[in-house]
Amino acid sequence: MTKPAEVTRSTTGGIGESPLRPDGALKVRGEFAYSSDLWHEDMVWGVTLRSPHPHARIRSVDLTEALRVPGVHAVLTHQDVPGTNRYGLEHADQPVLAVDLVRYHGEPVALVAADHPETARRAMKRIKVDYEVLTPVSDAEHAVHGDGPRLHRDGNVVRHVPIRRGDQNATAPVVVHGVYEVGMQDQAFLGPESGLAVPAEDGGVDLFVATQWLHVDQRQICYALGLPADKVRLTLAGVGGAFGGREDLSIQVHACLLARHTGKPVKMVYNREESFYGHVHRHPAKLYYEHGATEDGRLVYVRSRIYLDGGAYASSTPAVVANAATLGFGPYNVDNVTMDCWGVYTNNPPCGAMRGFGAVQAGFAYESQMDKLAAALGMDPVEVRVRNAMSEGSTMPTGQVLDSAAPVAELLRLVRDRPMPAERGELDLRAMPGGVSNTTHGEGVVRGVGYAVGVKNICFSEGFDDYSTARLRLEVLGGEPAATIHTAAAEVGQGLVTIEQQIVRTELGIQQVTVHPADTTVGNGGSTSASRQTYVTGGAVKAACEAVREKLLKLAVTRFGEPRANLTPAEIVSVLGTEVIEETVEWRHRPTTALDPETGQGFAHVQYGFAAHRAVVDVDVELGLVKVVELACAQDVGKALNPQAVVGQIHGGSVQGLGLAVMEEIQVTEGKVRNPSFTDYLIPTILDTPPMPVDVLELADPHAPYGLRGVGEPPTISSTPAVVAAIRAATGLALTRVPVRPEHLTLEEPR
Amino acid sequence: MRLNVTVNGEPRQAEDVWPGESLLYVLRERLGLPGSKNACEQGECGSCTVYLDGTPVCACLVAAGQAEGREVRTVEGLAEGEALDRVQQSFVDAGAVQCGFCTPGLVVAAHDLLARVPEPTDPEIREALAGNLCRCTGYEKILDAVRLAARR
Repeated sequence: MTKPAEVTRSTTGGIGESPLRPDGALKVRGEFAYSSDLWHEDMVWGVTLRSPHPHARIRSVDLTEALRVPGVHAVLTHQDVPGTNRYGLEHADQPVLAVDLVRYHGEPVALVAADHPETARRAMKRIKVDYEVLTPVSDAEHAVHGDGPRLHRDGNVVRHVPIRRGDQNATAPVVVHGVYEVGMQDQAFLGPESGLAVPAEDGGVDLFVATQWLHVDQRQICYALGLPADKVRLTLAGVGGAFGGREDLSIQVHACLLARHTGKPVKMVYNREESFYGHVHRHPAKLYYEHGATEDGRLVYVRSRIYLDGGAYASSTPAVVANAATLGFGPYNVDNVTMDCWGVYTNNPPCGAMRGFGAVQAGFAYESQMDKLAAALGMDPVEVRVRNAMSEGSTMPTGQVLDSAAPVAELLRLVRDRPMPAERGELDLRAMPGGVSNTTHGEGVVRGVGYAVGVKNICFSEGFDDYSTARLRLEVLGGEPAATIHTAAAEVGQGLVTIEQQIVRTELGIQQVTVHPADTTVGNGGSTSASRQTYVTGGAVKAACEAVREKLLKLAVTRFGEPRANLTPAEIVSVLGTEVIEETVEWRHRPTTALDPETGQGFAHVQYGFAAHRAVVDVDVELGLVKVVELACAQDVGKALNPQAVVGQIHGGSVQGLGLAVMEEIQVTEGKVRNPSFTDYLIPTILDTPPMPVDVLELADPHAPYGLRGVGEPPTISSTPAVVAAIRAATGLALTRVPVRPEHLTLEEPR
Repeated sequence: MRLNVTVNGEPRQAEDVWPGESLLYVLRERLGLPGSKNACEQGECGSCTVYLDGTPVCACLVAAGQAEGREVRTVEGLAEGEALDRVQQSFVDAGAVQCGFCTPGLVVAAHDLLARVPEPTDPEIREALAGNLCRCTGYEKILDAVRLAARR
């Protein structure tokens, strides 16, 4: 157990402050090297031929014409995969290149390398693939219970998680039912999938790539290439956002294959359309809920069935299913729960990790139910939530007791008690639903207010051995003590590199800290996901500092003849002289356990994060257009290691939730993606985004380094249901599906 | 074809340009200026915003040949040596940079706004930057950055 840190150092830029990002100046100058910016003498360009069909048998592939195009260096198919033609985060069920069957629209079939990207694309179009088109399986619920084809050897269910706790036949005087749907959301990170693979003289390959987890990429690449780990070396290139979409492989194996085949460095960069095919998305979901409560609004039971559409391959579906199930009742006390949650194979695009990871889908449904319950009881929606709110000591539906702060009621009160935004003043089209399209001057515009709260697990769960590695080097450079911190943890924009510097400054009391580029020459840093890097890699960096300090203090005894508790920078210089102290430490958070396969009981999660939102919207009820006026958030972060970055995470997560509420959906018809562009897949612009006041609570978690609580995901859970609740308040409509579209607001029957 | 273009004040030539290439491709892949970003390559995200004869444009929508004989100023041409432009410095100071992929385009767009409107209101900032997508920040700290730059 760790006490919240007391910072009494002479250094600046330690934890609790908001020092400037070490990569900030490079980024604003346009000089930061992203994965798509890389260049190598004599490099060629790789492109991917993808299936136009969601489900088809491949009868034959003819490469003749493609190989004849001048400037082409290689055209590869599955026959050129030297190792095992299978990869996957949890199940190796996905071919590197399709063999005789394609299971989704956009599945990679062949690769081309050429000396100009346009040459490669033109050659790619000359590859002749003879497909026998099959009927796609496109409905997840039907895939579980129906009589359609089996898409994988073991059937169509990737995972089923049941939860049974309390009286399974409980009854209650007030009952509300609901069926909810969540559309397929895309991470829409701005930096496209890209990287550079350089063949090495030792028969190996050096890959520079944007990813969320170098070592899990390395493992999968080795498997596909049939190479040992020392022959596949990865370095993190600049990452243009991630949000879960870079957990699965994209160009990694393909670029390495082409590089080894051509003997040349190979650059691959997806364009935006290909990016929509090239990474997994948020699982679309159908969710059935029944809530039973007493007449004074206390939950008696909740029963739920959730279907998560995993698409063609497993990706991280098993973990998403566990999250949706275990977090699927929300942060509410309820003794009697029944849950069945399925993750399913279909011929839709593969789905996996996206910020919020299963908790988002469930959050929309259970919060919609809480509003429905409030309406049935004639009770205030905040009051019904507060009445059932979990707190420290509450028991989760898994039987896990919350053993640190869980300020659910306080977060709700914070957003409720904020002053309301001003009423609309003088006409400004930019503040209107429809904006400068000039669709209304206020006629038909109704204001609504909605609330929601959510819960997210932090770090990896269910007994996973979740750790990170940090190597810290301390020496004297230019007369000053200087540290270099080296991890394999991926900076994707969140600011981990700043946090690493801050921790070293605080722990060692020195100013100069350099972050070494992340690569696989140091041990596993774990994934940049599950809101875990500040916790786990932060924990590893702190532990490495402690190991270095221990050695330093031993040296100090020799130097000063007596033990010292702390050393000033000048004393560190004097103690070290020309010596270098280097320590590498693996650090783990406390262990978790698996879920019982029958009852879903277990100490499955390391930590829980909570956030609440209040949304204020203006709706043009005649045209079905929505303007979010304000989106206030309150979140407990345990300890804000970098307050500016914390608020940045809360803003960013809130807006991704807003996007899911009112605009973001990959539209899939019979397995085909209809809108793979930023013209047709809309993400919020600065005009769609409202002011977002934030309350940050710092209630230390005694189990976590510095008491911190993971920040990135919780605001993504409650944002969507709060916005939809506000639209419901304005319109009186039931609105059971997100994103809410204009036709839902103008053509639906009132509830 | 051979392309002659003045970039950040310097006359440049690019050889063997395929006529289908965009100005963005020429800047990034032929002239060694990858600061302008390739996030959508269809004019929706604004990440490749550059000045073309003083007017901000999406470089991905400009055919290379259209830039012949003209002046381009990219994000790499805003700072004076080591000193960042006030817009760049404000983006760093305000925490408006996370992954940073949208940043070059936003910096150029904000730079243009402040040249035209020295003290913009919030709705003016929002309108001016509505063509630049950011996925990380929720835009709040970008607004802070532009307000801060306007004060400097």
